[in-house]
Amino acid sequence: MNPFMTLRVAMRALLRNKMRSFLTTLCIIIGVAAVIAMVAIGEGAKARVEAAFSAMGTNLLIVMPGSTRTGGVQGGSGSNQTLTWEDLRAIQTEVNTVKAAAPQLRSSAQLMSEEQNWSTSVYGTSTEYFDIRSWPPAEGSVFSQSDIEGGTKVIVLGRSVADKLFGQGSSPIGQSIRVRNIPFQVIGVLSRKGQSAMGQDYDDSAYIPYTTFRSKIQGGLVKFLSGSIMIEATASDTTAKAQREVTALLRDRHRLSDSQDDDFSIRNLAEIASAQQEGTETMTTLLAAVAAVSLLVGGIGIMNIMLVSVTERTREIGLRMAIGARRYQILLQFLVESLVLAFIGGIIGVALGVGSAKWLAAKFGWDMLIRPDVAFIAVVFSALTGVVFGLYPARKASRLDPIDALRYE
Amino acid sequence: MTEPLIHLESIVKTYVMGDVEVRALRGVDLDIDQGLIAIMGASGSGKSTLMNVIGCLDRPTSGKYLLTGQDVSKMGHNELADIRNKVIGFVFQSFQLLTRTSALENVELPLMYAGVAGRERHRRAREALERVGLGGRVHHHPNQLSGGQQQRVAIARAIVGRTRLLVADEPTGNLDSRTSVEIMALFQELWREGITIILVTHEPDIAAYASRVVVLKDGVLRSDVEQQARDARAELATLPPPEVLT
Repeated sequence: MNPFMTLRVAMRALLRNKMRSFLTTLCIIIGVAAVIAMVAIGEGAKARVEAAFSAMGTNLLIVMPGSTRTGGVQGGSGSNQTLTWEDLRAIQTEVNTVKAAAPQLRSSAQLMSEEQNWSTSVYGTSTEYFDIRSWPPAEGSVFSQSDIEGGTKVIVLGRSVADKLFGQGSSPIGQSIRVRNIPFQVIGVLSRKGQSAMGQDYDDSAYIPYTTFRSKIQGGLVKFLSGSIMIEATASDTTAKAQREVTALLRDRHRLSDSQDDDFSIRNLAEIASAQQEGTETMTTLLAAVAAVSLLVGGIGIMNIMLVSVTERTREIGLRMAIGARRYQILLQFLVESLVLAFIGGIIGVALGVGSAKWLAAKFGWDMLIRPDVAFIAVVFSALTGVVFGLYPARKASRLDPIDALRYE
Repeated sequence: MTEPLIHLESIVKTYVMGDVEVRALRGVDLDIDQGLIAIMGASGSGKSTLMNVIGCLDRPTSGKYLLTGQDVSKMGHNELADIRNKVIGFVFQSFQLLTRTSALENVELPLMYAGVAGRERHRRAREALERVGLGGRVHHHPNQLSGGQQQRVAIARAIVGRTRLLVADEPTGNLDSRTSVEIMALFQELWREGITIILVTHEPDIAAYASRVVVLKDGVLRSDVEQQARDARAELATLPPPEVLT
């Protein structure tokens, strides 16, 4: 008997008992559907976090000035001014894994248009900043090198700020607003960037040339850069190298001996991103583990019903043996039966899993991501479950003695 | 002289049941070549065991069994399965048909194990069903057929592989007397066509249709008599016609 006939014999046996076949398959359907849906939602969450970080940029470093230390009391980050404009220039020119670097001076300020006013973060920065953050203007333009050199009073608004000051979807290019009572001309509105991974609205901010910021907003010593430096590495895999090189450069410039701590700190956004991703990864693994357990339960369900089926069909097995079935043909028939059930269950399960993931995602506003490789593995794994858990009942069937089997009541 | 179809030589079969050793056959010598042979005996006489040995469902503990000249007492599981598939056909008291399966598919079953391809299989199964008078019921399921018709399907299944030997275990045990005679008439036709039929029965009425009666007692042959078989076809004519179900 060739494999095709074995398949036909098994299919006929399955179709002869549709209800039982369906119930057996149901175990696997639920198991596989759970795997697919859980992984789809887990992967969706992961992709969402990834997207949030890539909006921020994964090859970014932020250099913050160090802290003060008076007696035993340490101030927070930025409480001491240790970074100089010369440091910034050195980072820009001397480290070749750094693609660009820009100052980031921050102050909170009240912004006033003719009609409205709004308190937001005003940043003093350079032209490169918008490239580093890959944040192009939606309207108008960002300030130019000559604006930096001339210290002109121009301002680029985040979308949320423009909406607050000039109304939803307005186009305020050329309008004048006051920042701490100093008039600025709006030259650009940035494209919408959305929320950070921590939920902060990137669009609620405004940007002016750092020279203007220094002379009009901040004051203080000209030598020190009283904010942070944002650095873009040449690629995301050179970020760690750039971090080491910048650290070495700054330690050298600040003349720190080996025993001294850094008087600055560097935050690597890629590290924060990977920590976050690890979190969602753990969740996905956990969900998949729960789902895998249900697949295992499905396998045991198959074994259970196949065992019942062998007992119930003892006389049929005896007859098949009497009319010439070899032992391995009986074994194969039962094995194929459980394989077919599990395989079909796997396929239906994938369909159901995709469907329910879509439904859940739509209902609760979750993200989901169907991974074809997971679907493929789930089907293969469920077929395997069928073989593994079908083996014992099939072996039991093939070991029956035809005389006893024929007499079985 | 050619080899007989069946040659049994001092066949012994012992079972161990718990601590007790049961000697079901205690040295049986028998040659069967052609005919409709009835094996008779009380329960426990060893007639079922003898039938199982002849049908290659069971191997003798000792002794020699030649079937068509081949020594089957030394064969393994797979070879015995092939012998059962190609040489022997079985008919059982309880028919042993697959439920929810058409008569045609039931009859095709041995051919599937023989590896006969689809079209040829259908043709031969249909032919066998026509031979037993069920040409019009090939797609009926067992539960749509009467007992006699079910046994006819079983007989069709037994002869579909062009077997030379048909082994029947109490084939009329579940049938009324008229249907029993009908089945015996069919067996007599098959016998005249050259199929050797061995049937186990405890009813002398049924044994009367055989051409030879072998009686067993306590695991040994008690008698072995050739006789003039009663003609089942002629007998049927004298019986009242079957009740027609309305």
